[in-house]
Amino acid sequence: MKQKVIDKMPAKLDFIQSATGLVLALFMWGHMFFVSTILLGKDVMYQVTIFFEGYYFFGESYPIIVSILAGAVFFIFIAHAAVAIRKFPSNYKQYTIMKNHIHTFNHGDTKLWFWQIFTGFAMFFLGSVHLYIIMTNAADIGPYASADRIVSDWMWPLYILLLLAVELHGSIGLYRLCVKWGWFEGKDAKASRIKLRRAKYAVTIFFLTLGFLTLAAYIKIGIEHKDHAGERYQMVQSVSQGVKI
Amino acid sequence: MSEEKAPRILKINVLRFDPNDENDVPHMQTYEVEEAYGMTLFVVLNEIREHQDNSLMFDFVCRAGICGSCSMLVNGRPTLACRTLTSKLDENISLAPLPLFKLIKDLSIYSGEWMRGLNEKLETWIHDKEQEINVDKLEERMEPALADEIYELDRCVECGCCVAACGTIQMKPDFVGAVGLNKVARYHLDPRDKREDEEYYELIGDENGVFGCMSLLGCQDVCPKDLPLQSKIAYLRRMMLTTGLKS
Repeated sequence: MKQKVIDKMPAKLDFIQSATGLVLALFMWGHMFFVSTILLGKDVMYQVTIFFEGYYFFGESYPIIVSILAGAVFFIFIAHAAVAIRKFPSNYKQYTIMKNHIHTFNHGDTKLWFWQIFTGFAMFFLGSVHLYIIMTNAADIGPYASADRIVSDWMWPLYILLLLAVELHGSIGLYRLCVKWGWFEGKDAKASRIKLRRAKYAVTIFFLTLGFLTLAAYIKIGIEHKDHAGERYQMVQSVSQGVKI
Repeated sequence: MSEEKAPRILKINVLRFDPNDENDVPHMQTYEVEEAYGMTLFVVLNEIREHQDNSLMFDFVCRAGICGSCSMLVNGRPTLACRTLTSKLDENISLAPLPLFKLIKDLSIYSGEWMRGLNEKLETWIHDKEQEINVDKLEERMEPALADEIYELDRCVECGCCVAACGTIQMKPDFVGAVGLNKVARYHLDPRDKREDEEYYELIGDENGVFGCMSLLGCQDVCPKDLPLQSKIAYLRRMMLTTGLKS
């Protein structure tokens, strides 16, 4: 029998969109937990920083590890943007038709599409700026270095917008992935969708709260450290034979 | 003794337009109808046509949610007029024809043409691949549970509500919509249909098919027959992905 030749690309593109979206969303959860360690103190955040620089494995810090990691995330980010752009309206007419549909239909999940597109578009720029800076200045991460970047280098306005965009986009995206592929569907798809939607709101509120508290903590440190911007953090407390010195 | 409440006066705002009348432009016309117990929009529209305006055009056949003819936008939401109780709505009710389908006049649309095109495109019939038809041959037995599952999807009345509620189809008019994907899922379940997964992939394995769906689930939320569209589209997406990624 003659073998059927099918175009596999649509399946691959759909898979890439979902897979990169999942990786990025889960990465952002981890990222938020790591940066929020500043709320537990400068020392904790500093230890997390040098952990990612390989200090606890090699005995020395190698910021290049963070650069490579940021580069990999940047690559996934661009791949996701490249395939997800297929879901954008391609001209003004399509945009107005969809806006009109959202307005007249008044349907929750359809409204989320607008926010997904809006935040996704914003992140083309916001995310790229952030990722490029981290990739090329990986050594400038730490309780003081990060706080200085936020306050003295004027990154706080960008981070406020990026935080809003990431948390909305990520949680809507994860919800969409679940209903799109039938994850956690169980026997009653309707009931599980209601639970998923509640979980989505809870996740958004949780990460936005954590994110803004974290940003506030860095801003506070950045303002206090403004006169010494550029100086690096040193762990002041070290423990020697059980005695704090 | 409690005083009986005076019936509400419903204000029915209908989007009217006759595409065959050169001088006509789309406009809203308001009718006032006294609400009665258990009144549906189907009753309201007949009331208007019988007593107020016999030029108002709308479709209906069964008045029981079986034929799918009276689908329209009620306050912007696609639904069947015959299954919509006025008591569930505000006094001000707006009615408009379903978008995307060919407009005949006022609330009357020609959904049949669109549906026929869809069915032809997706070949929504049994493909048994037998060269000769043998009418004496007994049909293979089917498990009742499977027959029920197929029947569940066969309940689609092609009303077009899922099409009108679909965000994807607004931007990509060639998208097959939930009605098309549901039909493919129905034939894929049927053991009498001998089509390979690759053949199904050829029908819906692209941006106009299952991979175009943005999972906004307007279809699921408006389907008057409450079909499991969300689950079936997810099932087709998983199946088509496996087929597409297979070497």
